[in-house]
Formats: sequence, C-alpha cells, structure tokens
Amino acid sequence: MTKEESKNGSDDMLIDGPKQGNVIPDGFNPNYLKVYYGRLFPHADIFKWMSYGNDGRHPACDKSYFGRREFSFTLDNDIYLRFQSFNSESELENSIKEKCPSKIDIGPVYSVDPAKRHAYAQGGDNVFAPVERELIFDIDITDYDDVRYCCSGADVCLECWPLMTVAIKVIDTALRDDFGFDHILWVYSGRRGVHCWVCDGKARRLTNEQRGAIADYFRVYKVGNENSNKKVSFPGPLHPFLVRSYTEVLREFFEEKLLLSQNLFSTEERYEKILSMIPDESVTSELRGKWQENRRSSNSKEDINFFRWEQLKNTLQSGKQKVQGLRRCVEEIVFAFTYPRLDMEVSKHRNHLLKAPFCVHPKTGRVCIPIDPKDCEELDPTTVPTLSELLRELNTGDSRMDVDNGMLTQVTMSYCFPPFSTLSSSGIKYHCLLIQAVL
Amino acid sequence: MEIVRSQRSRTNTPNDSVSTLPLYRYAPQLEVRLEDFEVFAMDRLRVLKGISDALARGKRPEEMENLVRDLWKANMRHPEASEDVNKDIISHFVLRLVYCRTEDLRKWFLSMETALYRYRFLLGSSEAKRALMEEFDLPCKAISRTEFENAKEKLEQVARSFDQPLPTADAIFYKVPFEEVPELVAGRRVYIHKGHAYVAMHQVVSLVVTQFRSNLSKALILTNRKWTSTIREQEKDRLTPIVEALSMSYLGPDYSQTKEFGEISIKDLDQLARSSFPLCMRHLFDKLREDHHLKHGGRMQLGLFLKGVGLRMEDALAFWKAEFSHKVGAERFDKEYAYSIRHNYGKEGKRTDYTPYSCQKIISSTPGVGDHHGCPYRHFSEENLRAALGRMGVGSRAMEDVVDKVRNRHYQLACTLTFEAVHSSSCDAGINHPNQYFSDSHKILQPKSKITNIQVQIVGQPHSDQAEMAKFRPSNLQTCKS
Repeated sequence: MTKEESKNGSDDMLIDGPKQGNVIPDGFNPNYLKVYYGRLFPHADIFKWMSYGNDGRHPACDKSYFGRREFSFTLDNDIYLRFQSFNSESELENSIKEKCPSKIDIGPVYSVDPAKRHAYAQGGDNVFAPVERELIFDIDITDYDDVRYCCSGADVCLECWPLMTVAIKVIDTALRDDFGFDHILWVYSGRRGVHCWVCDGKARRLTNEQRGAIADYFRVYKVGNENSNKKVSFPGPLHPFLVRSYTEVLREFFEEKLLLSQNLFSTEERYEKILSMIPDESVTSELRGKWQENRRSSNSKEDINFFRWEQLKNTLQSGKQKVQGLRRCVEEIVFAFTYPRLDMEVSKHRNHLLKAPFCVHPKTGRVCIPIDPKDCEELDPTTVPTLSELLRELNTGDSRMDVDNGMLTQVTMSYCFPPFSTLSSSGIKYHCLLIQAVL
Repeated sequence: MEIVRSQRSRTNTPNDSVSTLPLYRYAPQLEVRLEDFEVFAMDRLRVLKGISDALARGKRPEEMENLVRDLWKANMRHPEASEDVNKDIISHFVLRLVYCRTEDLRKWFLSMETALYRYRFLLGSSEAKRALMEEFDLPCKAISRTEFENAKEKLEQVARSFDQPLPTADAIFYKVPFEEVPELVAGRRVYIHKGHAYVAMHQVVSLVVTQFRSNLSKALILTNRKWTSTIREQEKDRLTPIVEALSMSYLGPDYSQTKEFGEISIKDLDQLARSSFPLCMRHLFDKLREDHHLKHGGRMQLGLFLKGVGLRMEDALAFWKAEFSHKVGAERFDKEYAYSIRHNYGKEGKRTDYTPYSCQKIISSTPGVGDHHGCPYRHFSEENLRAALGRMGVGSRAMEDVVDKVRNRHYQLACTLTFEAVHSSSCDAGINHPNQYFSDSHKILQPKSKITNIQVQIVGQPHSDQAEMAKFRPSNLQTCKS
C-alpha cells in the first residue's frame, strides 16, 4: 500500500461513504471502461502522435496519413475487429467510446485505407501493403522463467521486475547511441512486461530486412531451443555494444542485485544450472567439491551467493586458465541471466500489431502507462494505477481531475515526440502519471 | 543495349573465370532465339539451384566461393566467349520473368541471385570491385584520419571479436547509414555509432549486395505488374508456356496438397510419429504429448506438417484440443487457439492455404527460450541430439556419421543419414522437406498396392470440397511445351 492509495481510501470514505452505491470496487469491470474512455483516455494525444504532423493544419502534410493506419479492437466478448481506420480525431474518439474495446492494438500505416483494402484488391495489383510502422520491441517477463525463482508465468514481483528495468536501459541506450534514434517511447504493458515504440521517421520506414538486422544485433541468445544448455556463447571478445551493456549495466546488476535477490547459488539445483554453462570438467568439479562440503567457514557472515560467485570468478579467471573461452564464461553467465530477452518476431515485421499505450489490461486492470527510460527504476508494476483507482479519483473530484475543463486539449506534447514526455518529471506518483500525461 | 555494348568491350579477358559483373539495369534490346531463351534460362537455373542446395546444407563462405566459380564455369560459358555477357544478361532477364509471378518465387529468386552476385563480386579483382562500386553510386564515404582515431578503440574491439587483424593506420573505413548494411548489423560485424556503420574495406561486398538486392527486388515487382497486365496475354502462345514450365522445373514439389496417402486419422498419429516423422516433428509431437502445450513456432511447424501429411481440419482441431485442454482448458482453447488452426487451413483471415515448412525454413528459424521448433540437428546440443537419435533407434555407428555431418553443418544430410539408418534403406534424393521424409518413409513401410487403392478412393470421394478438387487438375505444361 502506498500513501497515495491509503489517501484515496480515506477520500472514498468521506465522499462516497454516506451515499452508498457510488463505491468503486477493485478489479476490472467493463462498465468502468466506458467512463475511462469517455473522460480519461487521451484520444487527442494518440491522434496527434499517430499523425506525425500530418494533421491537416499545414499545406505540405499528407492528409490521408492517419486514415491509412490500422487500429484493431478486441471487444468484450472476444470479438476481434481488425483493419479499423479513422479519418479524424473525432472519428477515432467516437468509435472507441461506442465500441468500448477491452484492448486497442495499433498496426502499420498501409499504402491505402485498410478498411477499404478489398476494394483495392480487385485491381489484382498487390497494392495493399504496410508502408510505415514504428520499430517496436516487446519484452515479456515470462521469457525469463528459467532465470527467476521468485515467480513464474505471468506473475511478477519486485524481485524479478528489475530484469525489465535492465532491459530498458540496455536497449534504450543502444537505440539512441548506436542507431541514432531519438523518439523512443517505453510503455508498461499492463501486466508482465514492457513495450517500446521507436517513432523516428527513419525508424518507421525501415524494411523488414532492416528490422530483422536490428533485432539480430540485439540477440545474444544462441539460436537454439530448450534443448541446448548453453544459452549464451561468445565465440570471441565482445562487440563494443556488448562491452558497454556489460560494463555499464549488466555486471553491476547481476552482482549487486540479482545474485542475492534470486539466491542464484543457494541450492544444489541452482548452482548446478550455472555450472552446466561452464564447458570445463575440471573447473566444475573443483567448484562442486567446494560447494558440496558446504562448510560454514570463517566467512559465514558473507552471503553464500556472493561468496560462491566470487569463488567461481576466481577459478575461471585465475592464471591457471589459459583458455580465453573459459575466462569469457563469466561474461556468458552474466548475460544468460540478465541480458534482455526480446520477442524477435514482433520487431522483425512491419505488420505486427502492438497494444496501444493507455489501454487497460483486462486481467490486472492496470493502465499501460509510459515509462521514462531515465527513471525506469522508479516504475513499480504493483502500484501502477488501476482503472478502479482512477475512477475513484475521478469521483473524489480532485482538482487535478478537472476533466471538463478541456483536459484533452491542453496537450503539452511537441509536434510528434517524445510524446508524453512531460509526464516523467521526477517524483510523480504513478497514480498521477496518466493524468499528468494529458494535463 | 548500352550496357551490353560496354560490357562486351570489357570482356576481352577470356581467362577470367567469372566474367565482369553487369548491373542488370535494363533489359537488353537484342533479338533472342526462342531456343536460347529457354536454354540460357535453364543453365542459369542450374547455377541458382546449386547455390540453393549448398546454402541449405550450411556451406561456409569459402566453400561457396569455389562452388559458385565452378557452377558458373560449368553452366554459363558460351561457346563464343564474347557471348558470355549476353548469355548472362539474357538468362537473368528471362528468369526475372519466370520468377516474378508469386511472392514465393520472387523470394527464392531474389535470395539466390543475390548470393550469386555476392560470390561473383568476391571472385573479381580489386580493380573490378572498385569500378563496380563506382557504378552503383553507393552512399558511402571514407572516414577521415581524425574520425578514425576517435573510433579506433571501438573499431579494434570489433576486429578482435571476429579474430580479424587490427586496423592499421592506413586502413580505409567507409561510413554508411546502418540501413545500407543489414547483414553486417545483424552479425554485429561493424561498429555502429549514431546511425552510421563503419564498414571496413573487406566488408564492402555487403554494401554492393544490399544495393543489388534492393534494385532487383523493386524490379521484380514491376516485372510482375507488366507480366500480369500485358505480357502474359500477349505471349500466351509463345513465351507464357515456357515461362510457366521453367518455374515448375526446379522448385521441387509443393507439399501443401499432399493427399496421396489419404486421410490420416488421429488414432494412427502416435504410431506414425514413431515410424515416419522426421526428428523435428517427432520432437514437437512428443513435447506436445508431454507438456500439453507448444508455443506459437512449434504449433505452426507441427500443425502445417500434419496438414501436409493429410490430417483434416476437423481432426486437427480435435487433436490439438485434446492436448491443450489438459493445460489451458477446452474453453480457452476454443477462444485462443482454434482460430489459428482454422487459419492454417485457410478458413480464417485472409484465407490463404498455408504450406508446410521446408527444411530450409526450419533450419533458418530462430527458436528461443521455451521453444521446441526448429531443426534438431542445428538447434540441439550434441548431447541432446544423441539422446534423441538413440530414442529413434539409430545405432552407434550411424550416430557418429550423423553427428559428424552436424559438426560440418550439413543438417539435411544428417537428417538423410538418420532416415537411412532408421529405415535401413537408402535415400538418394536427400531430405529437403519434412513432408518428403514422411512420404518417403511411408512408401517404404507401406505395401505399394494399398497406397494406390487409397489414392483412388480419395480422389473419387464425393464430399471433397471444390477448392481442393480444383487444385488436382493435371498440369498441362507438357502439352504446351511441345
């Protein structure tokens, strides 16, 4: 419970308490969505963002641009409406309010209006094709199940969430410093991961092949599936991008956080998993011997994970080990446990759909809020505002929530990006993030 | 015409094993004998097919270079040396016509022609390389001394990561937008800073090839438009039959409509998996039975294979449902998974009848954590592969042979050897497709007479739907060709 929540709780008591029936219980409720889309969802911002300046206000703009963008709605009864398109902000807003989708996905900008694709198809000429699409990344905590012991599947907690933070740092830095992109939006996916939208014009126009190349640049996990022990293997010294990721982010995170929070060496099963990544029998049996004795030696005060990791490093990097490959094992282990695991297919193709920011996750009720990569440590997935919390705030008539007073028009976003950049000034509680974003 | 002439003047060095590379910018304004039209194209196809096979076997770049040189020598020399260039250009443009007509054909042609171009470029002299780079008008410029000094440390890191000699002070690096060298980016073979890749002199082939590829890709789309709008009709008695026959001749059979063994029923699946599935499918099948779940890549690879084997859609739905229900419940299956199965059978979405994956596609897939698809010969560790082969009943001797092929990255040969070991029978054609593995296995295990019986019965079935029947129409290419 954060302060914010308890404060809200008391507000509820004051205002809603006397007149029953106005209480907003926790959890997700489709009826709340109507209110949310009606009063909070930033339609104007989404329109402004997706127009990239083609909003009809200056002569050089492409008026058809926004109308060629695919939106997809998932309705309450699991009906999936693909290829929705809108010619104006009000069309978009009205349709969302009317259909009240439990999920909104955003697809590419096509060569022609996607809603009329069949009409064009009559021509027989393959004219209906994606022409622009943000470069996107999808990182999901479920893909880390083999390296986290606190949760599995869709669950996340504060012990494993930092893996996402690390992913954001590594990818964000590379997108900016290596690839030279500037307009990057990170979004909490509402439950178990993060999404990234790279919006530079250059990024939107990348071909599938170029997208694939970027995705591969980010890949260190070996091509191999469940049936291969060694997930990361470096044939030679590291590329500058990997060196930077390692020295600036991964090593410190592994040694100072993950090692202890996940108790990576605390049981035989766990340390065996790490030993299996070392291809040298003599090294592994030496370490195993030390650890199996399980002597509570003089340094019993020291954490066992930390102690064993130091032992492993000393053994692998001692003068005895002439083979360079063995020395690299330390790096390989760190990468295997901490390096971002991207869903490659999402990034590789122009036509992949991705959930829009500010959707509400139907299972958790949490809003997909933007994340400031500079402050990504601050995001706590367990306190991201939920639909019911937001509605409670609406009901309390908090001054920030002066909705009728043109909340949607006072957009502080610059012409295209970074969208929502104003929301990340430090110290803002997540509860307010959404509201801040549009004020 | 212009191009042809200028090329001709340059090819006065008949000893050059691979003649000067044309840019293929314009179709030649030449009269071509109909006979040459076809023969030249077939010769070039032999080269492309050779490249395709070698790539599928995972040949190394050095091996590829030699192979391309030999293939080119064997097929593309014209009796008159001065005609070499014309043959090169004519055959290329004929095949453009042949391979422009569908997405799959374009994709195949594009990657094979690009590979061919790459190795021909590499085989050329450094003078020829420079000339070609100029002609392409590539968007690159050499970096200055100061820029080199600033980036030196990073450039050295990259060189070391590939065991390349460190760049010396007089080394030339080109600075190009990273988009221009996707393959170097993908392999982390270049230093990238603020959107620019630093390409070493020995890597420029990548730039040339990317440029070539993108030009050809655009040209193929345009050719296709021309083909469908005018050429096909105009040439319907002359070129069209040749063009259509040429594309059929080398792509190998299409397994999307394999119905020759009739329906496979669910109850036979376990038995068939044991006897006739290739390892990749058997592994997926076993994992599905074990975990009652497969991730997307696995569902696609196995699902389309089963479809190719002859599992009807209704049976496929029942089969997947039975497994997935254990894990996610029947209701969630109907909601989340049934759609994609119907989709695979062309009953949902854009209603394309999807084709089972070939070995090439499976080998080049990139399974991640939690995935079970891919080619076991490529994606398993040796230990796991040995265990899996043991379960298939591959003896120790054969196992060594298989593992040996895997070490040399001949994944399809490894699979072929497995096939031979399991069936105690030779497989001369080699394995190129999981469904081919299945049908070859089935042929060996099934008495011949029975197969033909089933076939007759199936074709004659009254309730086969119209769309399927339509695809059975016999090819009329032979008659056209006469």
